[in-house]
Amino acid sequence: MSEKLLLKGGRVLDPSQDLDGVRDILLADGMVAALGEQIDAPEDTRIIDCAGLLVTPGLIDVHVHLREPGGEHKETIASGARAAAAGGFTAVCAMPNTDPAMDDPASVGFVAAEGRRAQAARVYPVGCISVGRSGERLAPVGEMVDAGAVAITDDGSPVTNSLLMRLALEYAQSFGIPVADHPEDLSLSPAGQMNEGLVATRLGLKGKPNAMEDIHILRDIMLAELTGGHLHLQHVSTRFGVESIRQAKSRGVHVTAEASPHHLVLTEDAVDGYRTEAKMNPPLRAQTDVDAVRAGLADGALDIIATDHAPHHYDEKEAAFEDAPNGIVGLETAVGIVLTRVVNEGVIDLATMVERMSCQPARAFGLPGGTLAEGSVGDVSVLDLDAQWTVDAAAFLSKSRNTPFAGWVLQGAPVRTIVGGKTVWEAAREDVREDAT
Amino acid sequence: MNPSVSSLGKDLVGLEDLSGDQIISILDTAEPFKEISERRIKKVPVLRGKTIVNLFFEASTRTRVSFEFAEKRLSADTVNIAASGSSVVKGETLVDTARNLEAMRIDMVVMRHGSSGAARFLAERIPSSVINAGDGQHEHPTQALLDLLTIRDHMGRIEGLRVCIVGDVLHSRVARSNIYGLLKLGAEVAVCGPPTLMPPAIQELGVTAFTRIEEAIEWAGVLNVLRLQLERMHGGFVPSLREYNRIWGVSSQRLAAAPRDVLVLHPGPMNRGVEIDSDVADGPHSVILNQVTNGVAIRMAVLYLLAGGRQESAEAAKQGGEA
Repeated sequence: MSEKLLLKGGRVLDPSQDLDGVRDILLADGMVAALGEQIDAPEDTRIIDCAGLLVTPGLIDVHVHLREPGGEHKETIASGARAAAAGGFTAVCAMPNTDPAMDDPASVGFVAAEGRRAQAARVYPVGCISVGRSGERLAPVGEMVDAGAVAITDDGSPVTNSLLMRLALEYAQSFGIPVADHPEDLSLSPAGQMNEGLVATRLGLKGKPNAMEDIHILRDIMLAELTGGHLHLQHVSTRFGVESIRQAKSRGVHVTAEASPHHLVLTEDAVDGYRTEAKMNPPLRAQTDVDAVRAGLADGALDIIATDHAPHHYDEKEAAFEDAPNGIVGLETAVGIVLTRVVNEGVIDLATMVERMSCQPARAFGLPGGTLAEGSVGDVSVLDLDAQWTVDAAAFLSKSRNTPFAGWVLQGAPVRTIVGGKTVWEAAREDVREDAT
Repeated sequence: MNPSVSSLGKDLVGLEDLSGDQIISILDTAEPFKEISERRIKKVPVLRGKTIVNLFFEASTRTRVSFEFAEKRLSADTVNIAASGSSVVKGETLVDTARNLEAMRIDMVVMRHGSSGAARFLAERIPSSVINAGDGQHEHPTQALLDLLTIRDHMGRIEGLRVCIVGDVLHSRVARSNIYGLLKLGAEVAVCGPPTLMPPAIQELGVTAFTRIEEAIEWAGVLNVLRLQLERMHGGFVPSLREYNRIWGVSSQRLAAAPRDVLVLHPGPMNRGVEIDSDVADGPHSVILNQVTNGVAIRMAVLYLLAGGRQESAEAAKQGGEA
């Protein structure tokens, strides 16, 4: 019988129960055993003083790249799961663009098993849509689901073939999982390096117009409408994309969508000077797009905040811009960025943040958690909204350091991450108050 | 001379980074250096003891030779590295190449590279001066400087002139450097070519865009005609070279219809009969070979200034001093 945890006197914010108030939470046997205004500690209970701290259902990041197998110099499942926990996340969904790609039950099972071994954040594998991510024929979706896959995607690449996308959206309905797509019409700018516009023109870099993303989003929405399947659109970055999703939802199309923290706070200007740490796909866009992504996050056109955590070794980013790979790490900055630059700037309130980072991800991907209701899984994030900190990439638990946020001063940080009733990470800080009985 | 007090800063990466005054000081410094190339013994000891590496990751004849003459006429010790003969083909990264050169204690690197931003990348990582001899589709500052000098030689000024850059502006580092330099010196600047070869948002740089060559010639006092690379046709940007010549080619008939004499520049190498007709290239409007001559003087000026030389001492320097 494992130790019980009593989270005492924190501000419990759980939109799944419309709850925002000081409560105690008792975690036992990996579950939420009790939630109430005053809970007395049973025997063998470790009491954690959460006074002044925010207690939320465990945060879930549905879009991370953990690179294992094949890219262990960038990240491993274990290092990624620890980085997630240090970022306040209790669960992550691992993308299948590994080497080899996660396109069969054995590789999906490997990721799930390595995730459990890490004993940090939960790691849910996402399987490929197509064999080898080649965009040609469906991967064994049913067997991958049996092995633990919670969704399918060819992320990193779009599903170019419309028939394949249709078949995926139809076939996945048997298993109740979303089909996640990276929306990009590659033919429009196969060698694009950054957002198309004045900055790209000045730097002499090939641009990627918004239309690359917009065309693909519209096609996917039409196929979701045709099939009734669950479409999940990844890292939406354009104003027209956000509006298209909003309209599709109003027509009743089963579509969910992500916003990435970097697309909520950075524009293409961050690339100026050929900063490879601001190179990502989709690229950082214009201010009007950032404004639209923020508005979409607020009104629910975009359901989920997901980091698209994309670790790269420093040698790979230390290159001429067009030779550097796309992507930035995001797990250990997401909470601070979203609190400081989205919540504190009044774009969304705290409850909506928890909705977008916990409740909706759990709902959309059919995952345990997203709630602290009694009887639910004991995954809890504890945040300190008052903590001021400076992003120090060298201190990341991730194996990679490729962040455009180094040196940013942020307000609000995770202090404790609890998975299945056990603390898997806590901040090494003086202001963490704790006493055991 | 002391490089730490160079009036241009440590490097010359692009004209976007320079002020109008700095650009004029380069042009003015080039003036006295022009004469060195006309001497029987074309050598002064201005850069004696300086080590310069010419690092060319892309094929180049004119620019590389022009830099090499400039360096040798200033008495620098030079080494040429071409990508095909270097460790680059063995997979060495740009940063490792740079560090290895640096470890041999050099003073300057002249680099051409196929990636936009490569010159800046190098400049941020080594203490030696870096001169950009063309990086991807970003900048080619010494080409624009020699264009500016040639225009000034023939028109007497830059300010108030109407200069139109014609052709494949989208892929052109020459175009970008010319736009920055011309605007900073007070010229009016236009671009002209097929819309498929115009960079997005180019007007936001402060230039006018024409889609017909007739309009550009009607407007301009100076045309700078860019090379159209054959691969643009394969990329589908233009249907055929013949059509390009018919619609956008600079021909003597078109120039004859202009309301004024138009000065014609071309950065080379030319595709005769494509972007420019032979009778224009070889005719009275053309200053194409003057550009090549000026290229050596401009590169001498840039080398001299980056090495810490002062514009006002250039006249004395060429008389034999080390400034």
